Amino acid sequence: MRLEYRVAGRDFQAAGGAAAKIKRTLRQIGIDAETARRVGIVAYEAEMNIVIHAYRGTIRIDILPERVNIRADDEGPGIPDITLAMQVGYSTAPEDIKEMGFGAGLGLPNMKRYSNELEVKSQVGSGTSIIAVINLPAKEGS
Amino acid sequence: MGNIVTVRDIVDKLGCEVAAGSRKLDSRISFGYSSDLLSDVMAVAGPGDIWVTVQTHQNIVAVGSLTGISAIVVTGGADPAPETVSKADEEGVPILTTEKPSFEVIGILYLMGIRGRKRE
Repeated sequence: MRLEYRVAGRDFQAAGGAAAKIKRTLRQIGIDAETARRVGIVAYEAEMNIVIHAYRGTIRIDILPERVNIRADDEGPGIPDITLAMQVGYSTAPEDIKEMGFGAGLGLPNMKRYSNELEVKSQVGSGTSIIAVINLPAKEGS
Repeated sequence: MGNIVTVRDIVDKLGCEVAAGSRKLDSRISFGYSSDLLSDVMAVAGPGDIWVTVQTHQNIVAVGSLTGISAIVVTGGADPAPETVSKADEEGVPILTTEKPSFEVIGILYLMGIRGRKRE
């Protein structure tokens, strides 16, 4: 099963909406609460990164028998130093956004924390792609 | 501990207003967390928590529903934006508002037997 959402840069009104829909859908199709929460958090951080930093992007969720793949692709400025961006507290978000409680330098670290695998690819001046994998808990008796 | 605390107990004890989510006041509280950085809340807060913050914009509802917390307490006399209220009603996330500052609210919650959510 695949879910796909478009995310507009700087749209703080709709921000978080895609992640909320993703979590709800996962619960509706019988994914356990903890996994749905982890996918929701990773999708939220990916969505907020697009809203804060990029012009536009998409979030795609693939639900497979053993795992959930989350892919976020954006058109935006890209990340010059991914190692630095992965550090807790490092942020390039503008001041007005920080005042709203965003841009604490926790987005990518949170994604890493709640996913089993995380890959970040970026091209400066073009955009960023993030691929996160969250394993589903093993089913009993299988 | 051992005693069960619900969102309604907190409303009574703090004497705060219920700005949104009045249908969900019987939810039980597991732990408490306070932060004004949304990603920090995302990282730490968990199901059933009470979250204390000064933030009032719409995104607190998304953070609330994604983490599965029981309620948000907006402190310092700040009023949540109308879109925040309607979204919170839609999602069933109670928002309580109080004139009291965060520090005082947390002290009262602690005395009610609620302990802080620890970073895993």
